[in-house]
Parts: sequence; C-alpha cells; structure tokens
Amino acid sequence: MLKIISKFYLYNYFGEKMQLTKEETEMLEGKKGNAVKKSMEILLALGEIYGAKKLVEVSSVQVAGVSYDNLGDAGLEYLSELAKDGKVKVLTTLNPAGMDLENYKVLGIPEDFAIKQKMVINSFTKMGVIPTCTCTPYLIGNKPNIGENIAWSESSAVTYANSVLGAKTNREGGPSALASALTGKTPLYGMHLDKNRIAKIKIIVNCEIKGTENFGALGKVIGEKVGAKPTYIIGIKKASLEELKSFSASIATYGGAAIFHMKGITPNKTIIPKKEIVIAQEDINKSINELTMNNCEVDFVSIGCPHASIKELEKVAELLKGKKVKKEFWITTARPTKKLADKKGYSKIIEEAGAKFAADTCCVVAPIKGRFKCLATDSAKGCYYAYSKNNSKTKIMPIEKLVEEACK
Amino acid sequence: MIKLKGRMICKGKAEGKALVTKQGISFFGGVNPFNGIITESGHELEGQSITGKILVFPHGKGSTVGSYALYRMKKQGTAPLALINSECETIVAVGAIISEIPCIDKIDISQIKNGQKIIVDGEKGIIELK
Repeated sequence: MLKIISKFYLYNYFGEKMQLTKEETEMLEGKKGNAVKKSMEILLALGEIYGAKKLVEVSSVQVAGVSYDNLGDAGLEYLSELAKDGKVKVLTTLNPAGMDLENYKVLGIPEDFAIKQKMVINSFTKMGVIPTCTCTPYLIGNKPNIGENIAWSESSAVTYANSVLGAKTNREGGPSALASALTGKTPLYGMHLDKNRIAKIKIIVNCEIKGTENFGALGKVIGEKVGAKPTYIIGIKKASLEELKSFSASIATYGGAAIFHMKGITPNKTIIPKKEIVIAQEDINKSINELTMNNCEVDFVSIGCPHASIKELEKVAELLKGKKVKKEFWITTARPTKKLADKKGYSKIIEEAGAKFAADTCCVVAPIKGRFKCLATDSAKGCYYAYSKNNSKTKIMPIEKLVEEACK
Repeated sequence: MIKLKGRMICKGKAEGKALVTKQGISFFGGVNPFNGIITESGHELEGQSITGKILVFPHGKGSTVGSYALYRMKKQGTAPLALINSECETIVAVGAIISEIPCIDKIDISQIKNGQKIIVDGEKGIIELK
C-alpha cells in the first residue's frame, strides 16, 4: 500500500517515473525538516532531467562552492538557511576557501572578506561538514574505494575519484553535492551507471611523459581534442600520485571529462574503443608553449594546484634549503598535509626561505585578481584559471625551475 | 489562447510578460544581480532587464555558481517571475528550486513572442499564451 502511495505521489509531483521509498517520500514532504526537503527537491529535479529511475545511497561527499569570492552574499544566505536544520548524513569534506583561515593576513586578504569567509565556513561546520578546505580530499582521509557511489563536486577530484580510485560520481555542483550530503542520496544516472563509464576513444601516447607539468600538458592536449568523452589511454609506462593528480585536473579543466582509463595504471574495466588518436611529442611541446606566454615577467610563483602532497612539500623544501626567494611564492596545500610538513621540518625550511604557505585555499578561488601579472606554476589547470579568471599571464615549468625562478 | 504542456522543474504560479531569447543565459557573470540587466557582451538581450519578466530561453550556461546568483536576485527582488526553457540543466534547475522561482522546460519556445502575456502553472507544467 505504501509503495502505491509513494508512486502516486511522485506521479503527481513530477509526472514521470522516478520511484521513491517511503523514507524518501517523507523527506520530500518535509517531515525530516526544511533543509532535507529542499535537498530532495534538487536531487529529484536533477534525476528527472537526466533520466534517473531512483536514488542511490552515497558514502562520501565533497562540497565545492566555498570561496566567498564566488558565493557572494547570496550563497552565504542560502547556506545559513540550510544550516538552520540541516545535518550531513555521510562523510562530507569541503573544497578550498577563498583564504588561508589562519594565515590570511600574511597573504594580504582584506579583513571584510575574511569575516564573510569565516561565516561561510561556520555554516558548513554547523551542518556537520568537516572544514577540510582542500581539493584533494583523497589525500586527507576522504578516499572512497572502487565501486562506491559518491557525490563529489570539484572537477579535478571528480576525475581522480572516478578514474584513479574507481569510485562513482557525477560532476556535481556545490548545491547538488550539499543536497546529497544532507540526504545521503544521489540520483542514479551518468557516471553511476557502468555503461556511461566505458571509453569512447583510444589515445595512443607516443612519447615519454614525466613530471606534473608534462602530465598537465597531456591533459590539456587530450581535453582539447576529445572534450568530455571517456578515453582509454595507452603508452604511459608509469605515473605517480602527483602526476595523476595534475593530469586529472587538466583533462577535466580543458575537456570536462569525468573519467579516463590508463592502461596498466587505473583500476576500472572498459571496452577498448576502435577510434584512435595518436599524441606525439610535438603536441606536448605545443601545449607547453601555449601555457608559457611571451612578454611576461614572472611576479608570482605557485605550487599546489591541485593541493600539494607531502612528497611535493618535501621536494620544495629540499630545493629551497638555504635559499632566499625574491618573488611572491605561494604553496597551496591541505592543512593536514601542512601539519605533516611542520613535523618533518619542511615548513620551517620553506618559510625561512621566504615562501608562504596558503593552506585551506588556492590560486583559483582566492581573491587575487589584479594583484599579479604573470604566474609561474607546474599546473596546467592553474594556468587556465590564472588567465581566464584573474587576467594573469602564465608560464608553466617543472618544480625545480619554479624554485629557481622564485629565487631569481 | 494557446496552451503548451511541458515538464515541471519547480512548482509555483506566475503571470507576466515574456522576455524571449534564443541564446543561453549565464546567471553568474552574464547578469547584473543588483538590477537584473543582462551584461554579457554581444548577447541579444544585452542591456535589457529580466526583473519581473517571464524569462524564456533555451537553457542556462556557464558556472554552477549561477544557481546562487538566481537566489541572490530573488532575495533582492530583481529575479524573473518564472523561467521557461526548452531543455533545463543543472544550473537553472538548482537555481530555480533554491530560489522558489516557477520553472518549466520541454517547451517549444519558438511559439512564444517577446512581450506576450503568459500564465505559468508550475504544478501542472502548463503555460498559457494570451
């Protein structure tokens, strides 16, 4: 009887075929509070648009849309409204904020911005979201396993989760990921269905790819050639966590892909597509050249897009030992990763050299438009946003060269 | 009077004049939230206000922050009365729901004329053209 009622209700509500359980129907009717009701409305509308037949439970959520620079007062108001009675049902972590929550003064963030940014964080915390403020949740304890249904926003982490971890998530926006956190559900469509995860194009990489900057360049080449289509990539002999992190960010930024398969490296099974594209050294060189602009004097150096791992911090510390930086040099990372670097003594070396940590934030979401004219970074994604969002020119180079550049 | 049946995205009723475009709209960066005026360079509605109109457009585009921008406009009284799309996507759907702006999609928007009076019934997914 209950089943009939819920079907009837949904028929009236959306005129189509999504099936809800009794619990889900109650959530939609507002019996579990206003935040849950609003969240269910969002999830059902998306399910309806994309042809989902039901909701599935998620085990992990990553929420983007945290920087006050992007949210504005409207976003803040919406989050405060949800925080009145909303509580997360599953492990939920947060994307970078617009500033380092402790060290923002050193980084030149205005006080009025800081006040609003803290209000945003407080709303999330009130809902039970862990204020991790990182785009690499998989490095700090939110690391789902193969086959798990999750709801992540932050495009680089989405691609990493689907491709490298083998978990299943659509490219959520901030509000839809938060809706999943508050209900523990997501509509079953897109990347949650195996048929949509199969590769459509085979990419033959005919040259050796090494280093985060070259993996980023490869992501740009593939993204620009095939867009969001799932790819099966062969010819990569090995790839480190840091290289896969850079590649995931880049292929998502330049093409919008939610998943790729890399032979011998990523865990998902796929049918091998017939259609092929060959990528050669010239393609990588061209991509590096496009991101290395002329007539620009580097005035800002940054490492950590996506957020630097402990290995990257170790490397930066080794390179900076006994040197002094002469340019603004930011290392963006997750606070727990920074804490590890503190314990290992890397932070002391880095800060004594004059470089600055920007934990909790990144160069994509911090309010730095107009402050710098030319960014040097090892991140192809970082170059894209520096240029399109912050009107800055860019130069891409390996970490060793970045440290040299910063000390010049 | 013509009746068109579409799909409900967000419930609610509204009555007003249509503002029609064949181009997608980006609510983050493409519209000034303080006065509702379209600011996207080269857009066919550039310089026109969407405030208090039944906004008819094929689909949203651009950043997902656009959903929050619609919410902001609703709170400031600069939002459209209702949204009518040919194909709704995540940004507009989420924006309409969090802002409680009636929204219907799967409508043949070429049948709607600029300035035409429209009654929107979000619940039924029906619009009436006067």
